[in-house]
Amino acid sequence: MIEIRIHGRGGQGNVAAAELLSIAAFKDGKFAQAFPSFGAERIGAPVMAFVRIDDKKIRTREDVRHPDYLIVQDYHLFGSVPVLDGLKPDGLIVVNAEKSPEELYIKTTATIETIPATEIALEIIGRPIPNAVMIGAFCFLTGLVSLGAVQEAIMAKFPGKIGEDNVAAMERAVEIMQKR
Amino acid sequence: MLKQIEGSFAVAEMVAMCRPNVISAYPITPQTHIVEELSVIVGKGQLDAEFVNVESEFSAASVVLGASAAGARAYTATSSQGLLLMSEVVYCIAGMRLPIVMTCANRAISAPLSIWNDQQDSMALRDAGWIQLHAEDNQEASDLHVQAFKIAEKTSLPVMVCMDGFILTHAFEPVDLPEPKEVDAFLPPFKPTNIVDPRWPRGIGLFADPRFYHETRYILHRAMEKSGKTIKAVSAEFAKSFGRESGGFIKTYNLKDADLVIISMGSVVGTIKDLIDEFAEEGKKVGLLQICSYRPFPRKEIYDALKGKMNIVVLEKSISLGRGGILASDVRWSFPRADKKDRNISSFIAGLGGRNITKDDLRYMVEKVKKEPVELEFLGLNKDLIAKKDL
Repeated sequence: MIEIRIHGRGGQGNVAAAELLSIAAFKDGKFAQAFPSFGAERIGAPVMAFVRIDDKKIRTREDVRHPDYLIVQDYHLFGSVPVLDGLKPDGLIVVNAEKSPEELYIKTTATIETIPATEIALEIIGRPIPNAVMIGAFCFLTGLVSLGAVQEAIMAKFPGKIGEDNVAAMERAVEIMQKR
Repeated sequence: MLKQIEGSFAVAEMVAMCRPNVISAYPITPQTHIVEELSVIVGKGQLDAEFVNVESEFSAASVVLGASAAGARAYTATSSQGLLLMSEVVYCIAGMRLPIVMTCANRAISAPLSIWNDQQDSMALRDAGWIQLHAEDNQEASDLHVQAFKIAEKTSLPVMVCMDGFILTHAFEPVDLPEPKEVDAFLPPFKPTNIVDPRWPRGIGLFADPRFYHETRYILHRAMEKSGKTIKAVSAEFAKSFGRESGGFIKTYNLKDADLVIISMGSVVGTIKDLIDEFAEEGKKVGLLQICSYRPFPRKEIYDALKGKMNIVVLEKSISLGRGGILASDVRWSFPRADKKDRNISSFIAGLGGRNITKDDLRYMVEKVKKEPVELEFLGLNKDLIAKKDL
């Protein structure tokens, strides 16, 4: 079973990102579970969402405590919440940042990849919601969920221009990652 | 069709397929997406129903009471403080034998204020004369609703479908939703038998002086006891019609050879099953007895299923303050006195107000009760938060 924890702030589309990943995994023929870390969500407050992907039915209801992957939608969170808690030593962290991994000074044995997701989202979508970019980078790096399935999931949730812009933002993330 | 869907939406789609005539709900916290989605379905004209938005849960319960008394198939949903605010009407609905279905998205009770999951809310109304069915996952939560309407209408008893708030209501997972025509075949239109009608003026639930009231409670109690047969029959019929097991009285997992049995209900049984598999790999025989029907309580089924099982631990998300585990009390009462002597029945309270129940917590619980029985323990209690004098 693969476990993913998404850290972000209220308003960054954390729960939507978890939902979209789970729907895409389902479309790929896998079993998936997505749920938010429940709280009284407010814009800007640190929030979490969880995704599990497996080849068989997922029964556990625990929060994700030992993730294989972290998606961090705001790198400032490293300084305020225990983002790295329980991350597997050989895990992967995808961070929304305009800096290189080294410039973030994160103490971990896990691999870190950064992408300026807010910047890209502002350019393409016109709003600072980085989730589509982050999902694009995550899917490219892990190959865990197919990009086609994510695209379908985005278009089903946000039909029309909003969906198209989000798909474009996701594709930009893939292009950037391909060039590295 | 199998869909990756949020629990609340799965339930809303299933309830819509049950074709209620009247839905009434208070739309704000502690509400879920269930009624929000139902209002969309009704608004789009996909369900021919009256959706009555009200200013409080007391009114929501009163509206479905009136609608049901007039012969409508009626539905509402709530949780937590909302359910408590309904409580007066909840008793009336049962006393009037109205086959209303309600979803309780189980959540904690104030104070202190908590919007998170536990099962104290439905527990607070366990004695009201409602059938209470507990869902393990969103598939079962959705399936139980179509069963609930059928059970309610066959028994003239209201049914509360309990599903863990947030943990199930807000989780995306695969749910197989039937086609409307399959639901129609399983659940025919409601044919009310005991209604108020201006063409034939009469009242129900009116005045019972001491010559009568006592008997009405006896009759209601007997009806609750007898409803077990219907619950089992409807679950069996559901399995036949839809090709999967959902609901019923109890379910078991790895019980046969188990030398320790965990009893619980609701979504935590999923985590317990994973742990049981881990134990099995380690050569430890732990089993599960899962309660689906909490009211009526499956006393005989528990007794029969646990013949020869001497080590039992009850894990629950509610407490009778000043007494202890509520489910544990029910389980202890399931064994006749002579049979109780050698049985070790431990009681653990867990996950109150949304505290995460981890596999590590459950492993600790199992290891501990294997050494000695535990009268009562709060699992995962952080003693640093408690003043010495309060410990």
